[in-house]
Amino acid sequence: MTSKVDRLNSGGGGQSLLGIRWLLAGVGAVLISAAVSVASGPVSIPLGQVARELLDHLPLLEVDSSLSAADRAIIWDLRAPRVVLGLLVGALLAGSGAAYQGVFRNPLADPYLLGIAAGAGLGATIAIVAELRDVLGLVDPVPLVAFAGALVAVAAAGTLSVRRGQIGSPTTLILAGVAVANFFTAIQTFVQQQNSETLQQIFAWILGRLSTAGWTEVQLLIPYAAVSVVGLVLAIGPLDVLAVGDEEASTLGLRPRAARRAVLVVASLGAAAAVAVSGLIGFVGLVVPHAVRLVVGTSHRRVIPLSLLFGAAFLTLADVVSRTVQAPAELPIGVITAFIGAPFFLVILRRQVGS
Amino acid sequence: MSNTAGAISVAWSGVSVDLGGRTVLDSINLEVAAGSWTTIVGPNGAGKSTLLRTLAGTVAHSGTVRVGPANTSEPSGRNRARLLAMVPQHPVIPTGMQVFDYALLGRSPHQGLRFSASTKDRRSTEAVLDRLNLTPFSNRAVDSLSGGERQRVVVARALVQETPVLVLDEPMSFLDLRHQLEVLELVAELRAERDLTVIGSLHDLSVVGQFADRIAILDAGRLVADGHPAETLTSKLIARHWGVDARTEVDSEGAVTVTVRRRRPA
Ligand SMILES: Nc1ncnc2c1ncn2[C@@H]1O[C@H](COP(=O)(O)OP(=O)(O)OP(=O)(O)O)[C@@H](O)[C@H]1O
Ligand SMILES: [Mg+2]
Repeated sequence: MTSKVDRLNSGGGGQSLLGIRWLLAGVGAVLISAAVSVASGPVSIPLGQVARELLDHLPLLEVDSSLSAADRAIIWDLRAPRVVLGLLVGALLAGSGAAYQGVFRNPLADPYLLGIAAGAGLGATIAIVAELRDVLGLVDPVPLVAFAGALVAVAAAGTLSVRRGQIGSPTTLILAGVAVANFFTAIQTFVQQQNSETLQQIFAWILGRLSTAGWTEVQLLIPYAAVSVVGLVLAIGPLDVLAVGDEEASTLGLRPRAARRAVLVVASLGAAAAVAVSGLIGFVGLVVPHAVRLVVGTSHRRVIPLSLLFGAAFLTLADVVSRTVQAPAELPIGVITAFIGAPFFLVILRRQVGS
Repeated sequence: MSNTAGAISVAWSGVSVDLGGRTVLDSINLEVAAGSWTTIVGPNGAGKSTLLRTLAGTVAHSGTVRVGPANTSEPSGRNRARLLAMVPQHPVIPTGMQVFDYALLGRSPHQGLRFSASTKDRRSTEAVLDRLNLTPFSNRAVDSLSGGERQRVVVARALVQETPVLVLDEPMSFLDLRHQLEVLELVAELRAERDLTVIGSLHDLSVVGQFADRIAILDAGRLVADGHPAETLTSKLIARHWGVDARTEVDSEGAVTVTVRRRRPA
């Protein structure tokens, strides 16, 4: 016998309600974290006024924020670009992390897997050491070369795991990624040792940071972020099907290898673009999707959108902390993500174990 | 819920499979009539699962496998998944996936590039879960269920797929007596309702003769007998291929009951 309560709690209705509630919570978290981040900094601007100023910029809304022109400039030229960058990078890291974990059916898979971190690291090192800025002039070359390095590494791992037209198993791909990463790291260390005067700059890059010069970084990132986010959302169905293994996935009408490759391409593109503008910010791609799965279950219909939203909010808040705890100095954001991410994650984990 | 395409037949002609240097299937010729229920029986390692997997296109084989009317080529990908649903002998159970979401996967060959399930997808999933008395489990993780509950959930996913051909590889191995009968009776009902073609493999010779209308015996990769249960489930064939002493009884409707007898030292 099924009781009435059981029926209300089960089935599709309850499921989608849960999903919608969390989706709204995610959107709320993004908005709140963005407002808090815009409001905090050396010049204090009250949160209420920030909120009104942001609302004023929404279409069809006329709100008077009574801000001075200088405050407006601080908001729109200094803080907003950084907040948007943080939102994008956070969303990309968490979203691609969720996709990697789904594709490899391994909750420990990381967006920096397959050599992305090592490739980007080598690219950034080369750009810094060779002082490419002087060559290129206005554009900051570090993100461009880091992005190229990350893509070369992923492509190398992908190509090396294909043999005679046969795509290798997920394990082959991961092992190829590990080998490629080690090779790139070896070259990077060599280059770095040859130019020890740039060590500090390289380490600053490796620890991750969200620093912006106006909207340039955001403009660099946006096309890749758009492609990657759309791709990740389209990957939701295939990711759920891949969870039952390749053989059953193909009885459900999916071509598992082709699907896996497509998902890896969009996830890697997003992760590589994120790493290019922000350096290596650890923990976000691992912890956010994991926390999301603990709360709403493993279906990618919920995991992907919520990872994107909460990843964005999480990184933005981490950025606020990194700017404020030791103001005017800034802590590397990678330190903060680990520092607040780990305890937060343990709390969720313990609550889950308890229930 | 009905499939308008009408019943579909399935045929193997000259199908052989080599795995790890051994011939696992040796030129199998078998035709399964549209709307029939055919069960493949045979001792462990005979090649039953391999034969069923050739239907799903997941094992390399020579010869041809046909799903659908004569002269149609072997379907692939999504088209095959719309024709044929499979309950594997050893399903991969994803960690943490909820029963409802798992059963909903059966809808995927019918969905385009979409990221949320339609109301119709949800409705038909709910209906199948309800029919298998699995509604109370909807929000449970599949990997937290008992062996028998899991097996029914896998059957649910295949039914959600709403295909004209249903392939069941040992779907009863973990089910208690009542649930065995319930699942088999449900399949029988659905077959009548939706004009399904059912192809299965079953170890339990005591029930197989009451449900299948055709039985194929497979031994060491060869098809050794094929026909009505009364012709194939005989003491002689059971002794020859399983090496056990069995008594068979045919009732007035042609259903066969097999009782296996313990061997006692003389
Ligand atoms: N990948 C493989 N490599 C080598 N041999 C294999 C492989 N897969 C299956 N086999 C062998 O093929 C034979 C048939 O296997 P199959 O699973 O089809 O048997 P089955 O009739 O379904 O047995 P059971 O009743 O135990 O389920 C077995 O002897 C098995 O060991
Ligand atoms: Mg088998």
